[in-house]
Amino acid sequence: MRKFSFGKYALAIYSLLAIIYLLIPIAYTFAFSFNDSVKSNISWRGFTLDKWTGVCNQQGVCEAFANSVLIGVISTLIATALGTMIAIALVRYRFRFRSAVSLLLFLPMATPEVVLGAGLASQFLSMGTQKGFITIIIAHVMFCLSFVVVTVKARVASLDPALEEAGRDLYGSPAQVFWKITFPLLLPGIISAALLAFALSFDDFIITNFNAGPETTFPKFVYTAAARGIPAEANVIGSAVFILAIAIVMTVQIRTSIKQKRLSK
Amino acid sequence: MHKLATEFVARGADLELVGIRKEYPGFTAIENLDLHIPAGEFFALLGPSGCGKTTTLRLVAGLDEPTSGKILIGGKDITATKPHERPVNTVFQSYALFPHMSVLENVAFGLKQRKIAEPMPKAQAALDLVELGHLALRKPQQLSGGQQQRVALARALVNRPSLLLLDEPLGALDLKLRRQMQIELKAIQMEVGLTFLHVTHDQEEAMDMADTVAVMNKGRIEQMGAPEKLYDRPKTVFVSKFLGQSNLFVGEVVESGIESVSINVSGNKISVPKARAENQNGTIAIGVRPEKAMFHEQEPQRSSEVNLIGPGEIIDIRFTGVSNQYLIEIPAIGNVTVFAQNIGKSPVVELGAKVWVSWKVEHSFGLADLPANTHTESISVV
Repeated sequence: MRKFSFGKYALAIYSLLAIIYLLIPIAYTFAFSFNDSVKSNISWRGFTLDKWTGVCNQQGVCEAFANSVLIGVISTLIATALGTMIAIALVRYRFRFRSAVSLLLFLPMATPEVVLGAGLASQFLSMGTQKGFITIIIAHVMFCLSFVVVTVKARVASLDPALEEAGRDLYGSPAQVFWKITFPLLLPGIISAALLAFALSFDDFIITNFNAGPETTFPKFVYTAAARGIPAEANVIGSAVFILAIAIVMTVQIRTSIKQKRLSK
Repeated sequence: MHKLATEFVARGADLELVGIRKEYPGFTAIENLDLHIPAGEFFALLGPSGCGKTTTLRLVAGLDEPTSGKILIGGKDITATKPHERPVNTVFQSYALFPHMSVLENVAFGLKQRKIAEPMPKAQAALDLVELGHLALRKPQQLSGGQQQRVALARALVNRPSLLLLDEPLGALDLKLRRQMQIELKAIQMEVGLTFLHVTHDQEEAMDMADTVAVMNKGRIEQMGAPEKLYDRPKTVFVSKFLGQSNLFVGEVVESGIESVSINVSGNKISVPKARAENQNGTIAIGVRPEKAMFHEQEPQRSSEVNLIGPGEIIDIRFTGVSNQYLIEIPAIGNVTVFAQNIGKSPVVELGAKVWVSWKVEHSFGLADLPANTHTESISVV
């Protein structure tokens, strides 16, 4: 007779509970994106696909979403370009205040967002800058930058300097060596840094709220709407973003595992 | 392989280093280096790690700049040019193959950079030369260490550089593969006729492959010459120890004849031909290679052509296959090593046996300096 082992099942049960706990808010959001709601989206009133097919009918949702995507893309591009350059400089070159710069780059990550947001807001105020699209971009680039630097730096550090030297030795000018050797080898790091930056920017509410002025982003829209009941269209967009993210992650995972299988052959 | 090799025959150029000095913050890597490597020669820079040999190579490649001095290739001063403008290619110690390119693309890289016509067929031919043509489409990380090494070689050779630099190219390979690659590398060099500058810390590798070996120590070249000459007549303690083994005897010069110089080592007279002595006055060190020395169970006849010391006691015997290595302790002189080939001629002795050690005076060599641990009393160092 096999002995009943509590420990064996305890781990499985615990894991299941943890996953359920993590997924409940997402499942709830997803389910209520199909709710045939009228004003508030709190009680279940029946299944409908209307909210998915006519997601832009609700005033402000799609505008806010488009705004968030645009802000996310622009700040990601700027932060990734700047951050990659900073990361390469920090690893490859020796210069005065190098370690100080390294340390200071961690500050925006460690500082509470409220403080950063409020600080920036008072800066813009004292400079007399009109708050809006530009100020949001400035704020987002600022807090994304540190994350990009940290992510890309790890990749640069693992890059054998001899590879770049071999490129120079094989008649590559500094620019050619960068684009043909350094950049392709850093690309996986740069892509994950960019994805991280986009996610941070798209998601950010606190800092944005301080510096947005009249401009609306998706998180800001949801926050404002929550006061009078979030429209189901917001659930639709939230679910869609979630599905898209999962799809991207799975594609990458499958591609790498295929690649590894081919390599190990 | 022979036919293919002719495709890569390039005219190697000579390399000249004039008064090269390289300082890093805190230390001097190269003190004052003058070096001339004739075109088409296989030249080895041999030395322990930190002696400045890799720095020398990097200066020639253009990856570092000398603090002062000039570098000339084929008579042209290239000191100020960038690495990608030099007619030089390097085989890196880590191979440095580009992991995001196929083997073929790796080899074609230099050709494409210089916009040379038909880079792919030429790269394929270079891969065939190193017998890896069938692996052209693989990624470098799918190859074994020895195969990667050959790709790195093909990637450099395909550009037909005036000068090929090899930075410990065999260091990462296991012993058997290393010996095999040494033979192949030498064969390729002879076929393509390029000037090779090979940096290594492996003295066997340097002696086996190079036409000329330069022994480097502490940023200076200690001695330079054909491997046989270096081995036969080392001029400094460092060279006598780094290139093979040596028995060294230190003593005051007591006799200086027409042909030879003799020193007194605790009452024993040890002589060296004058032509083989760097120093002929004061306290000097005289050495002999362990395989040139032999031992005797009975005291042999003394002769002016033979150095004879002893008797001493055999304190260690090592069997290495082709030879036996005996360690003999001689009172007031110290320990002496003798190698005897296992050809059935040397006497069969056991530990503790009483023996005399002798060697021909013509096999002695007199050094320019003294061992670092020399006391006022004469001693011998193994």
